[in-house]
Amino acid sequence: MSHSTVPRTDTEAEAKENPPAAHGAAGAPRKRRAGKLGLRARFRRDRVLLLMTLPAVLLVLVFNYVPILGNVVAFQEYDPYISDNGVVSILHSPWVGLENFQRIFEDSAFWNAVRNTLVLFFLQLVLYFPIPILLALLINSVVRPRVRAIAQAVLYLPHFFSWVLVIAVFQQLFGGAGILSQLLRAHGYDGLDIMTDPGTFKFLVTAESVWKDAGWGIIVFLAALASVSPDLYEAAAMDGAGRWRRMWHVTLPALRPVIALLLVLRVGDALTVGFEQILLQRDAVGPGAAEVLDTFVWWNGVRNQDFGYAAAAGLVKGVISLGLVLAANKVAHLMGEQGVYKK
Amino acid sequence: MTAVIDEPARTSGRWAAPPRPAWEEPPGRAGLAGKGLVLFLACLAILFPLWIVVVTSLSSRRAIDEAGGLVVIPKSITFVAYQELLSGGQVTRAAVISVLVTAVGTLFSMAVSVLCAYGLSRSGSLGHRWILMLLLATMFFSAGLIPTYLLVQSLGLTDSYLALILPSAISVFNILVLRGFFMNISQELIDSARIDGAGDVRILWQIVMPLSRAVIAVITLFYAVGYWSAWFNASLYLNDQDMLPLQNVMIQLVQKQEAPVGLGQAIKTGELSGLAVQMAVMVMALLPVAVLSPFVQKHFKKGMLTGAVKG
Repeated sequence: MSHSTVPRTDTEAEAKENPPAAHGAAGAPRKRRAGKLGLRARFRRDRVLLLMTLPAVLLVLVFNYVPILGNVVAFQEYDPYISDNGVVSILHSPWVGLENFQRIFEDSAFWNAVRNTLVLFFLQLVLYFPIPILLALLINSVVRPRVRAIAQAVLYLPHFFSWVLVIAVFQQLFGGAGILSQLLRAHGYDGLDIMTDPGTFKFLVTAESVWKDAGWGIIVFLAALASVSPDLYEAAAMDGAGRWRRMWHVTLPALRPVIALLLVLRVGDALTVGFEQILLQRDAVGPGAAEVLDTFVWWNGVRNQDFGYAAAAGLVKGVISLGLVLAANKVAHLMGEQGVYKK
Repeated sequence: MTAVIDEPARTSGRWAAPPRPAWEEPPGRAGLAGKGLVLFLACLAILFPLWIVVVTSLSSRRAIDEAGGLVVIPKSITFVAYQELLSGGQVTRAAVISVLVTAVGTLFSMAVSVLCAYGLSRSGSLGHRWILMLLLATMFFSAGLIPTYLLVQSLGLTDSYLALILPSAISVFNILVLRGFFMNISQELIDSARIDGAGDVRILWQIVMPLSRAVIAVITLFYAVGYWSAWFNASLYLNDQDMLPLQNVMIQLVQKQEAPVGLGQAIKTGELSGLAVQMAVMVMALLPVAVLSPFVQKHFKKGMLTGAVKG
């Protein structure tokens, strides 16, 4: 790093380029003077800062932006065996135009994946989304700080477990050799294996999400609740509102913006439902029930080595997702919320 | 202003409820019991499975056979399963790999993220808006699994631990959280250090970082948990069985019911319970996270909130 230039101050850098401005501006925040400096002077002044962002920028360019170009294989009959190097293979693979996309839209497995994705998304919306809100209201109404602290510590914990572990735990509970089967068999019933049942798979997946992340989800609601002014509660109480009416007229309105924002963002992310989680259980349940768009891409690309086809499916999903996210943000802005980025 | 009346403390010590404001009616018995019950059940739903896993991993083969599978009430405690797993072989190697990848990866991610967050936190610096847009845009799209896979292969990262670290090294969200914190540090403090002759590196190291300990702890935990829990990149890019980290070994062991290399014989001859071995691997995977996260948790709320993006 540029330690050699350490006794460098803004004033000094500026003094070299623009002496008159240096006086009187000493110690003033950068923002005010930025306009007066030339590009080269600003570059000189901020070169250390720019250097600091460089590693992150490089990582993002290489691993987030460069692969976008790789999506051209969606328009190719990509042959991975042309060369060990993917780029060389891309350059020598024949172009097929929209053939891959045509195949996708005629593929019933693709539509099955679309259906599963949407069903899972709606199920999670209905069965998962309200739980953190209810839990947050409950925790918030607990007055004793110690009880709160312990409950929060326990509820946050599963969020930090890996999906592998969560699914392994569920298998020990509900699998063929799990504690539930064990209990049933001990009482003379047949054991049952929920982990491999395609019929109940979507509920299983939702239950796993609830177990892992519902507790973590309360954080943002608790923060919103903590910012409600106690004066509002007092005023409501003075007007004769009981605790339920106070919850209805003070607490819930305070949560409304957060709920709306999270809902909108979730809808924007509708096509992405628990890739790792579902991939881990795909083999046990079979693709009929467990295939979602992400696993469809993985299966066709990584497993079947049909890269062009998988990339085309990924591209379709990516484009629709991008549209959904942008639309969701737009809606968030219309509601007066900040969304992921500022207007 | 809220009026507060003194309520005689029902219990002493830290369990006591703080005094209630005068207008708030004390909770009824049924309400209190209901709340307690729901919270208790929620916590039980989380802790009971973990309890079974831990207890079974510590049980002898006989205790497991007697229980007919998983053990709920511990009878005899034995560490055989852990001894076997940690006495060399596949699981030991996987655990060491996981620890190393997590340590190196977290350090790398934090270094890159903190530098970037500081670089973007001084308002008015050259190009910080453009760089921010470049990073933010990645929150809206992903290039897709297949192109990323082809890229990592073309870069020659296959069968290298770098494939576990580089592609997912930084999270833009984490950088934004750090940046939000850095921006809240008083400008006067930084300016005065600058006048005293400190450069940006020194300001970051000696002023900004010590003042942001809380958020740095949270983000470090996030990154560390990410590396510790990751298995997908390893399953994509590592072909060599001997290089697999702990999570991937756990998949083979618990999901596919494959005995770890070297232990299969001991399980077959009946010295060791296969179930106890599985549970012990699960405990190894959950222990570091369960031990570390409570220490950081008091900062969670703060960290998550400053995450609100400021353009």
